[in-house]
Amino acid sequence: MSTAEHRVDDLHLRHLTKRFGETAAVDDLTLTIAAGSFFALLGASGCGKTTTLRMIAGLEDPTSGSIHIGDLDVTNVPPHKRPVNTVFQSYALFPHLDIFENVAFGMRRRGLKDVNGPVMSMLELVELAPLARRKPAQLSGGQQQRVAVARALINRPDVLLLDEPLGALDLKLRRQMQIELKRIQTEVGTTFVHVTHDQEEAMTMADTVAVMNSGRIEQLGHPADIYELPRTAFVANFLGQANLVEAEIVSASAEVVAQAHGNTFTLPGDRNFAKHKQVIVGVRPEKLTVLDHFNAHLVPDSNNRVTGRVTDVSYAGVSTQYVVRTPWEQDFIAFEQNMVVGDRCEVGDEVVLHWSPSHTFGLDGTQDVNAGISAEALEETRAASSLGGE
Amino acid sequence: MAHAIPTVVSGSAAPPPAQRRSRTGYILLFPGIAWLLVFFAIPLVTLFATSLQVPVPGKPGYFEPGLQFSNYATAMSEYWPQFVRSLVYAGIATALALVIAYPLAYFIAMKAGAWRSFLLVLVVAPMFASFLLRTYAWKTILADDGWITSTLNSLHLLPDHRVLNTGIAVVAGLTYNFLPFMILPLYASLSKIDPRLIEAGGDLYASPIWTFAKVTWPLSLPGVVAGTLLTFIPATGDYINAQLLGSTKDHMIGNAIQINFIQFRDYPVASALSFVLMAAILILVFSYIRKSGTEEIV
Repeated sequence: MSTAEHRVDDLHLRHLTKRFGETAAVDDLTLTIAAGSFFALLGASGCGKTTTLRMIAGLEDPTSGSIHIGDLDVTNVPPHKRPVNTVFQSYALFPHLDIFENVAFGMRRRGLKDVNGPVMSMLELVELAPLARRKPAQLSGGQQQRVAVARALINRPDVLLLDEPLGALDLKLRRQMQIELKRIQTEVGTTFVHVTHDQEEAMTMADTVAVMNSGRIEQLGHPADIYELPRTAFVANFLGQANLVEAEIVSASAEVVAQAHGNTFTLPGDRNFAKHKQVIVGVRPEKLTVLDHFNAHLVPDSNNRVTGRVTDVSYAGVSTQYVVRTPWEQDFIAFEQNMVVGDRCEVGDEVVLHWSPSHTFGLDGTQDVNAGISAEALEETRAASSLGGE
Repeated sequence: MAHAIPTVVSGSAAPPPAQRRSRTGYILLFPGIAWLLVFFAIPLVTLFATSLQVPVPGKPGYFEPGLQFSNYATAMSEYWPQFVRSLVYAGIATALALVIAYPLAYFIAMKAGAWRSFLLVLVVAPMFASFLLRTYAWKTILADDGWITSTLNSLHLLPDHRVLNTGIAVVAGLTYNFLPFMILPLYASLSKIDPRLIEAGGDLYASPIWTFAKVTWPLSLPGVVAGTLLTFIPATGDYINAQLLGSTKDHMIGNAIQINFIQFRDYPVASALSFVLMAAILILVFSYIRKSGTEEIV
């Protein structure tokens, strides 16, 4: 108690399972979250990320498995005795208490007498000290969000859980709060476990991202690693966008060669996760270069290439997004930095897309190539392609 | 464009919309105001005037207008025990109703799930039977040879060896009859509480009891205030329960007013009692609301 340094321990989930009737919301999840890390659980709604968070908080009882903080088994510890605090979705601030009392709530319940100093310094950390005597309803969404963070952090929990904490904020404020939360995390050094469905939010804030799907973790790692080298079609599609082509491996050594629709794609052997001949060859849209077909001779021989016709061009300031229809009626998406003024490709142009083999990845070909794309988005793409085909 | 011009001209001739709207407001208010005037304000003034009337000498039961404020002194000196009893009985019944209703409303609001509506219908269902009939039923339930009385007697819990025709029966009747008026407002404010606030209490180191004390209870206070008022006010003025379930020793102020009006035909005293009751309730209610700090609900 006397040491100034805060004790920090890793959080371990072991074979954690939660069933609601027949369906497993969380399915045999084993995971270690390092002390002091900013960990994001990323997934679509219903993937089990919130249930996982609620089990760590103690608000939901696991069907089986265990939760440890360091050596301490907290699986059956009631929420009010766990060294864990939550920033709730839509904050759940106590409407009858002012900001000060909201923040002091946890300290008072733990029987601490001298709350004034810690509460005010916590309010200063989130830059809300002048509003201490306001009621939550008198605060803006962003301010309420910061109160929720302060109310949880003041208890110096081993783990801070954030349940879609920025979901209720508008886009601009969300960006601002992302930076703010990251700053606070760096300052206090507490383990943050952040649940979100926003892949950009997860990537910008977290140092480790776990992509969840149907109660399981599909892939876990540093955001850049996951983005650059996804291991499943779900991850490739859910985290950013990906161009995926179903192909067949014709030779595999240090370099893997695959063929599809008369095109040959090469990729480094260590970027290929297909176990059999069937492979999904993938590349991220910003890795593509768009060239007018008159300039096809400029493409380096070693590069992978695809030809097609431009069906859509959308200019977005920093970049331009091209949709290119291949001869086998697949849409490729390419992002080009707007380095050159004028002289862009237009709708109807015949183009060559090319990219380096080192940016190519190979996924197991037995899975659904559209995994991770919402049914809605898929429907839209189909509608657009049937229009474009006319 | 050609059509727009005449529209603008005719529009400027009519009164501005704001003024028109306020006139519409008065027209809509008129029936309500007329109703209040005829059936509330005028009777109230008449009642007050009656309370100051003087008896016509030699003609018992006849009174003439006057300013006899001593009617109030007479009424109070004679009936203060009934007055105090009314407040005490109504107070106990309100407290009992709160103790019974709170867990019930809490269960319906927080735990009942799909059974919510069904349970709420059950709460209101007794009101489909007449108030008098229900109170008569209690005569049977609490009868001297009934099982409740005999059970309580075998436990030696009854000082008078009976329930019926005692204050206990009157309080029981009041509690029972006004219980739905306690449950419904409590349910309304408990069901509005975001369950995440209760989770947040637990998350912030409050045991379930502390969470109740610091989160659920304060957030349900508007319901508590509304429920206690809706129970206490009618219970204070009630005379049916005292008349059917109590003896003359258990009479409340309502009985005194009723007897004075109908039996003794002493209209000034009956009116004075009514007025004092009204004033007392108003004062109590206002100080109560002020103390509980929930002015916004009234």
